[in-house]
Order: sequence, then C-alpha cells, then structure tokens
Amino acid sequence: MSFQEQRIAFTTIVVKEVRRFTRIWLQTLLPPAITIALYFVIFGTLIGPRIGEMSGFSYIEFVVPGLIMMSVITNSYSNVVSSFYGTKFQRSVEELLVSPVPNYIILTGYVVGGVARGLAVGLIVTCLSLFFTDLQVSHVVITVAIVFLTAVLFSLAGFINAVYANSFDDISIVPTFVLTPLTYLGGVFYSISMLPEFWQGVSQANPILYMVNTFRYGLLGVSDINVAWAFTMVIGFCILLYSYSLYLLGHAKKLRN
Amino acid sequence: MTTAALSIRNLHKQYDNGFKALKGVDLEVQPGDFFALLGPNGAGKSTTISVICSLVQKTSGDVRIFDIDIDQNFSLAKREIGVVPQEFNFNQFEKVFDIVRTQAGYFGLPASLAEERTEKYLKQLGLWDKRDQASRMLSGGMKRRLMIARALVHEPKLLILDEPTAGVDIELRRSMWQFLKEINARGTTIILTTHYLEEAESLCRNVAIIDRGKIVQNTSTRELLRKLSREVFIFDTKEEIDDLPSIAGYSGQLIDSHSFEVEVEKNQSLNEIFTTLTEQNIHVVSMRNKANRLEELFVSMVESHGNESVGEKGKS
Repeated sequence: MSFQEQRIAFTTIVVKEVRRFTRIWLQTLLPPAITIALYFVIFGTLIGPRIGEMSGFSYIEFVVPGLIMMSVITNSYSNVVSSFYGTKFQRSVEELLVSPVPNYIILTGYVVGGVARGLAVGLIVTCLSLFFTDLQVSHVVITVAIVFLTAVLFSLAGFINAVYANSFDDISIVPTFVLTPLTYLGGVFYSISMLPEFWQGVSQANPILYMVNTFRYGLLGVSDINVAWAFTMVIGFCILLYSYSLYLLGHAKKLRN
Repeated sequence: MTTAALSIRNLHKQYDNGFKALKGVDLEVQPGDFFALLGPNGAGKSTTISVICSLVQKTSGDVRIFDIDIDQNFSLAKREIGVVPQEFNFNQFEKVFDIVRTQAGYFGLPASLAEERTEKYLKQLGLWDKRDQASRMLSGGMKRRLMIARALVHEPKLLILDEPTAGVDIELRRSMWQFLKEINARGTTIILTTHYLEEAESLCRNVAIIDRGKIVQNTSTRELLRKLSREVFIFDTKEEIDDLPSIAGYSGQLIDSHSFEVEVEKNQSLNEIFTTLTEQNIHVVSMRNKANRLEELFVSMVESHGNESVGEKGKS
C-alpha cells in the first residue's frame, strides 16, 4: 500500500474505534466518571480531611493525580481488549486480515483508539476534580508525556490480552485480578513512604507505582520514585509490548487458524 | 500466455491437532472464469479459500494471485481478491453503510470514492434502503448480500464466494446468480464453493472437485457432464397408463398413473424412446432429469475416490 493508502486505512481504523466508544458512551465514558466522582466525594471530601496532609498536600490534592491515572489505565486497557476481542468473537477481524492493511497500521490504529478513550476519560475526570480541588501543573511536558505513554502501554497490554482471550471471561480476568490490585497498591491512595521498609521494596516492583508517581510529580512536583527511571521503564515496556503485539498479529494461530 | 487469476501448486495444510486438511492441492483458474470448487463437508474447500486470503497459514506450497506470490507480496495480492465467507463475519452492531464504507477504507480508497462505491454496491444488491440499519436487523439473505457488497467495494479482479447461497430462498438465490453472472460478464473472475450442484452447473464454466484434501477432478463443466455414463429421465404422459411402456433395450419403472422413468445409457438415443412411445400412442407432455446431473457425477466421483483411499489404506 502506498503511504496515502496506509494513512486512509489508519484513519479508518481510528475513526471506527472512536465511533465505537462514543456510540456506547453510557458504557464507556459515563461509568468511570461517576465512579471517580464518588472517590472524590468519599476519599477527598468526607474521609480526606480526617486523614490530614500527605507528602505536604491535602489528601484530595494528593489523591486526584492517582485517580486520574487510574481511570486512564483502566479505560485504555479495557477499550482495546473489549474492542479487539469483540472483532475476534464476531469474526469481523477477518475484514482486516483479508485487506492489504499492514499489521503495524492495524495495531497502531487500535492503540490510538485505546489512547483516545483513556485520554477522554482522563480529561472528564480531571474536569470533575476541579469541583473538589484546584489543580496545579508543575511540569506540563512530564504530565502530558507520562499520561500519553501510560495510555499507549495499557492499550498494548489490552491488545495482547484480546489476542490470547478465548472467552469474555478471559478479558475480565486480567483487569480484575491483576490490573485493579496493582493500581490500588500502586500509590494511588497513599505514599509508599508510609509503608514499612520491606513493603516499600515490594511496592517498587509494581510498574503502576512509577506511572502514578511520575504523573503526580508532573502535577504536584512530588514523587516517591525516580522520574527518569520511570520514563525509561515505561518507554522500554511500550517498545517490548508493541513488538510482541506485532509478532502476534502476524503469527498468532488464534487469529489465523 | 495469459497469467492465471489463481495458481495453486502442491498446497499442504496441517492443523495443530495433526489433521491434514490439504494434501497437495494443485489448481489453476484462468482470468474471467466462473469456477466452482466442489466437495463434501470437510473436503478442504474452506481451508483452500482461507489460505488464499490469508485467514489460515499454509504449511507448504505456492499460491499466486495474478502471478503475485502471496509469500512475496501478500499485500499486493490481497488487493486483487474479494472474499465472501461462509459465516457472517461483520460487526452485528454496525450500520450496513458503515460496514461497507469501512472496508473501502481498509483498502485505502479515498473518502469520496469509498462512499460512491458503497452507495453503488448497496444499491446493486438491494440494500440501499437498509443502509442506516444495524446489520443484526437484516434477514439472512440480506446479510449475505451485504457480505457480497463488502467484498466488491474495492472492485477486486478475483471474487471468491464460499457457499454464497446457503440458506437463501430460491427467488433470492436466482437473483444472486443473475448478479454474479453480470459481475463475471464485466470481467471479474469468480470462484465459488457450493453444495447446490445445480448452482455450479448453471453458473460455472469450469469445475474442480476436492475430496479429503486432494483435487480429484478438474475440468470444464461440459466435459465433466460428458463423463456421465447414464442418466435417468422422467416422462409425464397425457394419457393414464397402467404399466411401464415396453421400450426395447431400456429399463425403467412406473412412478404413477401419469409418469414413468427410463434409464438412458450414454450410447443410447432419446429418439428411440419417443418413436416407441408414439407407436404405442402415448403422448409425452413433459420430460426432465430425475436428479441433477452434476450431483450424480459428484456422488459417484467422491464415492470412487473414497473407495480408492480405503483401498490404499488397506495396502499399507
């Protein structure tokens, strides 16, 4: 395919993906907004003042970056895993496989769809947070870069989950039993400096800790971890998962047998 | 020498469970042909088609589409193919228009051309009025036509249809045949698999029969029918008849008081039958084949291939 044709195919996939999650906004955009708003009310307004300051900020200020990041992670992941598994389940993935679209365009199209939903929900949550606290942005570039890279990373992870999934159960196992615990234990609600030394060490094996703390550093200017190391790790994982996803798209027998 | 629309050489496919679906398929389809790939369930028809359009990875062998080797440039080869699969494989929640329009986008058609072609083929297939409906709301026949519109939107030179009229009522089947004949007349090479042998007989110029992963016959439909050594004709009479009319050299049987059947060997003539009946003052009002001719041949070929396979097994 020529560059122009590839551009058209890529735009087609992205438009289809964005149209999908906006068409079913009651399932994709509204629930996370309500859930996170409840977090703001309960942890920020009701319980937060009793907790007091954390890392030098009020609890609502501390928890907002974590909750925004949590919604980005969950939504970018679930968009790609449900969309791509849906195309497998209905066999409409064959529309793409019989077409001349290169695999990297297919993958990038789905990832951009996941990033779009992750960022859309992140933006909605950010706007909601303004009803509860004033947001400051200490490092704009770091804030934008980490949220974008995180959305890319979890879109890729969702894609891999979708390729391997054989049933709808398989696409909910990872978010329920892996993603949610890692997110909750990834410093969304607390600073790991509050933990005993042993558990601080254990927490540092959780990749989500690095993304949440880097985003918090971008907004508040405080972090439990080294931001440069966090970027290196996220970019490294993105490259690794993108390469593996491309391999799966070309060779996975679950797609082409 | 013209380039074949499809050329398959020594194609093998073994699935992970060890099942050998294709055992050295050789096949050539010329440009402009209307070609039927026939075979019983599990013979390898759908696997062959899936390999051609990259839904299944072959184990070994060569496949060329208009001389483009799929191992060398599958992307280029895919642009020449439109495929209508056996099972519905579109998003049931998407609108009819969007499904066809999106497929045009996958083939890199600019927006205006994509929309123009989508309208053209939805209209040709009688789906334009349904363009804003979710595809799940369509009837079975409409869903099949939707898949044909989707396969044609990039105007491929080779159209492959895997049992396109399965589950479609007779009237709609006839209108689809007419549409496919028109597409073929405009120069599109068509390959179809079907269980309706009447379909292959009336549409296709050339036929291949595949059984147990091997091509057992590959010739023109006319040549194939010529191999039929015996046909059974049913005669309907004007007069009531009590017994089977006596026709020397022909066997048959009485069906009811107004019809009987006669077996006619390849070297015999229907004129003799009519002469004898006229002498007996029996008037024939209509005559037809007892069974589809291709069907008889198909069954006999598949059965004989089956017996050979069993024989081969017995020797080993």
